[in-house]
Amino acid sequence: MIWNEKFETMSRGEMRDWQGRKLGEMVERIYHNVPFYRRKMQDRDILPGDIRSVDDLKHLPFTTKDDLRDNYPYGLFAAPMSEVVRVHASSGTTGKPTVVGYTRRDISIWSEVVARMLCSAGVNRNDYIQVAYGYGLFTGGLGIHYGSEKVGATVIPISGGNTRRQIQLMEDFGSSVLACTPSYALYLAELIEDLKIDRDKLKLRVGVFGAEPWTDNMRGIVEERLNIKAIDIYGLSEIIGPGVSSECEYQDGLHVNEDHFIPEIIDPDNLEVLAAGEQGELVFTTISKEGFPLLRYRTRDLSRLNYEQCRCGRNLVRMEKCLARSDDMLVIRGVNVFPSQVESVLLEMGEIEPHYQLIVERENNLDILEVQVEVEGQFFSDEVKKLESLRNKIKNNLESTIGLSVRVKLVEPRTIERTEGKSKRVIDKRLS
Amino acid sequence: MLIKQLSVFLENKSGRLTELADILGEAGINMSAMSIADTSEFGIIRIIVSEPDKAFEILKDNHFSVNLTDVICVSIANKAGTLAGALRALSAKNISVEYMYAFSAGTKALVIIRTEDIKNTLEVLKESSVKLIKAREIYQL
Repeated sequence: MIWNEKFETMSRGEMRDWQGRKLGEMVERIYHNVPFYRRKMQDRDILPGDIRSVDDLKHLPFTTKDDLRDNYPYGLFAAPMSEVVRVHASSGTTGKPTVVGYTRRDISIWSEVVARMLCSAGVNRNDYIQVAYGYGLFTGGLGIHYGSEKVGATVIPISGGNTRRQIQLMEDFGSSVLACTPSYALYLAELIEDLKIDRDKLKLRVGVFGAEPWTDNMRGIVEERLNIKAIDIYGLSEIIGPGVSSECEYQDGLHVNEDHFIPEIIDPDNLEVLAAGEQGELVFTTISKEGFPLLRYRTRDLSRLNYEQCRCGRNLVRMEKCLARSDDMLVIRGVNVFPSQVESVLLEMGEIEPHYQLIVERENNLDILEVQVEVEGQFFSDEVKKLESLRNKIKNNLESTIGLSVRVKLVEPRTIERTEGKSKRVIDKRLS
Repeated sequence: MLIKQLSVFLENKSGRLTELADILGEAGINMSAMSIADTSEFGIIRIIVSEPDKAFEILKDNHFSVNLTDVICVSIANKAGTLAGALRALSAKNISVEYMYAFSAGTKALVIIRTEDIKNTLEVLKESSVKLIKAREIYQL
């Protein structure tokens, strides 16, 4: 089922024209409203009128997560705050989060793109959708929520956690659609099996899963254990949240809502734009958002683009499922974690840079993050209670910065491998 | 009167303790007293050795997490009730003990004590009737 025939099946030629026009308007707007972008464009001797088509994109500057950090919290907003009706936040590379904002119209756009996604997954007004993505500053919960209301499904805004209750209500409320992270879906599947719940009592039919990388292998396991169709969805709060792209029934790449978000693939080292079919870093330009429009935002996700028409009838370009990144960001239980966040917390606690390492494992389908810190110098104390108190302090500081519960282990000096160049900060033991 | 005690942080990995003992042994350093405080994840080994500064350097060179902590050693008669008497001298002045380890031999018992303000504790004990052992004496035990 296609929600928006006009745009989802628009010919490539018409789409290019549309994008060119919207891009020109967007650049005009940000040039005047966002000092950061005006400066960058002036540095390159670019005026808004110079940007007339999608081909001109390559002349425009990139935007990175560090730019967002440097302009915390509202420095990159293109609309006055009196028109911003919502803010959301996600992890930053240091202690401060990344803040995004939406005008009323942006919320409407967001609902539209998520509605397309749900409709494509076969969700309609007769469905009961259990939204088990976190509600709050995270864009997952509210993003799926508004899109589901638009489609007309009955929304069960259960958010994350409390798994037994999730299953109880899944049975009692008759949930037919599940929205959560793929690893949480597996976690639910296991508990359903442990509780020996009769699968016929559950009305689950389809799931829309994202917010973390997952392989086709994992998809097969989720589909088998929950007896549902598992659809891959992709999004990031900087671009809008969930709704950037999603799979159709043929599950051969994720259709990008490119009438709103123009994708490019670049070489992460020399920043050159790559041809369709080549793997590289995914970059998006938002051409319709008013509150927080971004030019060529570097997602750090690795993917490739496919412009061929899909069997489903849609002409929207497809991106390959993202399984790797060009930076060191981790996704743990759906939350973005940067090793540099850990570093900034530890540095605040002492004068010298401690040696630390992040170990990520999956136990019982839940991601566990363990931070190992070497006990040396100012960290060493002769008393057990002081070391335990130190460990708890590190744990609490990390948890409040990252927004995720972590394990902290104090280890002996030299436990963490020393390397010549960049230290290997992360050991990810999860099997994809 | 302040005695330098070696404190070493060890993870609960088998073989580490043996390695530690080996290194000290090979360096000709003798241990006079020792205790281990353990938790589920790590242990702190506290040792009185013959040459604390030398031992500190050697262990540091071998990448151990090691520190020198000031402690006091008192000598009491090896009889029932004497420990209580010695501790009363501390509690009377509101001094709390962080940790302690002791051993009896013959007519005497030696008690190694660590408190939060060790220098103040030293002064308090000097004024009491409790007998303090000199660092030199305990290193050579």
